[in-house]
Amino acid sequence: MGKIENLDFKKNNLRKINSFLQNISHKNNKRDFVVKNPAGQHAICAGIKEEISITIKGHVGYYCGGMNQKSHITIEGNAGTGLGENMMSGTIHVKGNSSQSAGATAHGGTIIIEGDASSRCGISMKGVEIIVKGSVGHMSAFMAQAGTLLICGDAGEALGDSIYETVIYIAGNPKSLGADCVEKKINKNDITKIEELLKKANIKKLKPKNFKKFGSARKLYNFNIDNVSDY
Amino acid sequence: MCGIVGIYFKKKKLHRQLGQYLSQMLDNMSSRGPDSAGFAVYNNNEKKLFKYSLSINDNSILNKFETDIKKKFKDANVKPVSNHLVLSTLSNPKIVIPFIKKNYHNILIVGYGKSIEIFKEVGNPRDIVKKFNLKNFTGSHGIGHTRMATESAITIDGSHPYSTGEDECLVHNGSLSNHNNLRRQLIKQGKTFDSFNDTEVAAGFISNNLSKNKTLKQTLKNCLSNLDGFYTFIAGTNNGFAVLRDEIACKPAVIAENKDYVAVASEFQAMAHLPNVNKAKIYEPEPGVIYTWGK
Repeated sequence: MGKIENLDFKKNNLRKINSFLQNISHKNNKRDFVVKNPAGQHAICAGIKEEISITIKGHVGYYCGGMNQKSHITIEGNAGTGLGENMMSGTIHVKGNSSQSAGATAHGGTIIIEGDASSRCGISMKGVEIIVKGSVGHMSAFMAQAGTLLICGDAGEALGDSIYETVIYIAGNPKSLGADCVEKKINKNDITKIEELLKKANIKKLKPKNFKKFGSARKLYNFNIDNVSDY
Repeated sequence: MCGIVGIYFKKKKLHRQLGQYLSQMLDNMSSRGPDSAGFAVYNNNEKKLFKYSLSINDNSILNKFETDIKKKFKDANVKPVSNHLVLSTLSNPKIVIPFIKKNYHNILIVGYGKSIEIFKEVGNPRDIVKKFNLKNFTGSHGIGHTRMATESAITIDGSHPYSTGEDECLVHNGSLSNHNNLRRQLIKQGKTFDSFNDTEVAAGFISNNLSKNKTLKQTLKNCLSNLDGFYTFIAGTNNGFAVLRDEIACKPAVIAENKDYVAVASEFQAMAHLPNVNKAKIYEPEPGVIYTWGK
């Protein structure tokens, strides 16, 4: 191992490939890598700590780019459950669709999904920016705590259920809103933020005015005495 | 956990590849279900003949069984496949099944029909695939399961696929919470069950609906309103193939479809070896939406 041409799942196993990418020294001049034949395997490029660029040629399985720090990962295919789970920084760019729970509990960085994201996109997100060019499935941004979820298409049922301080921008329509999620007025700061995100994802068809904003009504934050009989 | 896989061919020329494709799909899902595995293969060559897939616990009874069965059903033919037998005869299931159930307590009828053959076994899916030589099977569609046992014991009768009607079978990833109640209701309506497994109840529910001339689509619609719990199902009939996820959709599934085939699996990696899969339309079945192919 050590040779870049061996980042091929037909020639090496997951542990060897991940370990190579996880241990690249910051002194290394070579910063761009290509991973071949992923064949839907799990945890590809999880736990990378250096600012390197990785292109994955094909579909990946669960938890791709999980716990990522600083690195830029491009997936030329679809991603399985838990894409960029608990990511801290860096970017993940999926050219296809993403399965359930993309960006779950992620603290920072940016996830761009060119296609659709399935259910629970951004579940419990803690600061990440997620940009979905297509639509998201049900229960997206469930218990989302911080960060921004921008959706260019529609959202499934119960968008933003039990949401904390994450902000959701959506160009289409949510099928329904979850508990404590409400539409909010777009202000100047929102316009700036949407512009920034659209630019990041190279989206030219949509303008900030196309988006609606959703967030927490903050009614679940404190115990309401009127609900005492429910307990 | 548990892994489910299925493949349905749109073109006849691919029928020869069924075993090869399906065996690797099952093998790739070993990690999701190392306890037991099983598969159903549909091969509609025979128009009149019934095939009965039998799991034999005790090999010492084999010779006697073969002699007895040939005496009772003159046209009977017996094909051993590892510790299973495929009995073929023109005789009607209404006669054959009660005869076997009454006389042979060591034999489990795992499926019957004009098209279906079912095999299931306890152990690692990779070994099971080899043991039954799945690679050499041919057919129009096939369904398989790798089991991580949760709610009932690791036994053959707790293994999938479940077949509770002619040429019908079901594999399930998930768990049902109202199966005991539903089982009682179905028993009252005359259904019988071989195990305490939740999936067998779902299969029985589907058979019960199909026997009332409901279509596969209508039947699965009834599943959505009658089954409580988590499930991703792949169901097979003589000519049909269907996928259904419950409305919460915790249990994964991915479909790859092109002009040649429809493949379904718990994870994409189960189908990564299929020809041209990277160019196929790959999507997740939506919660509570019924997907069917064939009739």
